[in-house]
Amino acid sequence: MCTYQTETLEVTGSAKGPEGWFRVSEAVVYLDHPQHALAEHTLNVDFRNPALGPATRSAVELEPGAALRLARAIVDALRTAPPGLLPGVDQEALARLGVEVSR
Amino acid sequence: MYDAIMAETIQITGHEGDPIEAYAARPLQPGPLGGVVVIHHMPGYDAATKEITRRFAAHGYNAVMPNLHYRDAPGASPDDAAAASRATGGVPDERLVGDVAGAAAWLRSLTNANGKVATIGYCSGGRQSVLAACSLPLQAAVDCYGAFVVGDPPEGMPLKVGPLTHLLPNLSCPLLGLFGKDDSYPSPAQVEELDRLLTEAGKPHEFTSYEGAGHAFFNVDRPSYRPEAAVDGWARIFTFFGEHLGA
Repeated sequence: MCTYQTETLEVTGSAKGPEGWFRVSEAVVYLDHPQHALAEHTLNVDFRNPALGPATRSAVELEPGAALRLARAIVDALRTAPPGLLPGVDQEALARLGVEVSR
Repeated sequence: MYDAIMAETIQITGHEGDPIEAYAARPLQPGPLGGVVVIHHMPGYDAATKEITRRFAAHGYNAVMPNLHYRDAPGASPDDAAAASRATGGVPDERLVGDVAGAAAWLRSLTNANGKVATIGYCSGGRQSVLAACSLPLQAAVDCYGAFVVGDPPEGMPLKVGPLTHLLPNLSCPLLGLFGKDDSYPSPAQVEELDRLLTEAGKPHEFTSYEGAGHAFFNVDRPSYRPEAAVDGWARIFTFFGEHLGA
């Protein structure tokens, strides 16, 4: 089904799109039909900058298990980073998330 | 038999008079011919749904598919436009009805039209096909596995669209429903509920639910494709349109 379910996050960073690198201002996360992946539903992330137009987008469509493994890897990479490299990150929240995703 | 068709991107007048893009496919025949509004799925106004639109023309119907995401990203590729539409909250029901009304008016304005128009939609478009048929004067409608026509969404799901139960008494035309028994949205229980509500409302409808098929069994380029269900479904669609869109 089309889930209609969408999480939109304000983010800061860069991504590589069809015209090269661009500043990312939002990430849109949803579980729904993919455009390209050969699965009925995938966990999709669109890294966008609407101010630069709809084609300024970097997209991934991941099989749900792969998406969970990626989420764990992201949290692990942040959790095990050397001290002082994560300005703006709530360390206690990160530690709690680390426990949750390793289950 | 002369069987030429013409397929092209056109502009039609959509909701609130907005010019929107659409893909049209027409038999080059004097008619009179019925018309079909194809409602694309949420992933967009894509190659697969354009192919479906051409299929109706090849079977002798004028067909048009409005680009429901056009306003969100004019000129963008279908996948980028679908992403832009999703990021801004999706296609509002009111706008969908206005765009389908514009597409139906365009079909009826063709010199080879017989004035009869149907809608067909897949997935989210299945729900939108029912929505259009409850909101506009149409001669037939097809719902291919549309979720949330009836039934409450799962707890915790921030659904932006609601069920159409309250609109079913307004259904203006016969409804053909094609579903997969392995689908969860709509589930077999939801299909039964829709069947019962339409029967109680005295609305003509024909439903078929296929064994061994889940959601999106018409999608030839997806793992969900089920040839037996799809071939039978297409035959039912053309029989249904033959009955209700004939001259």
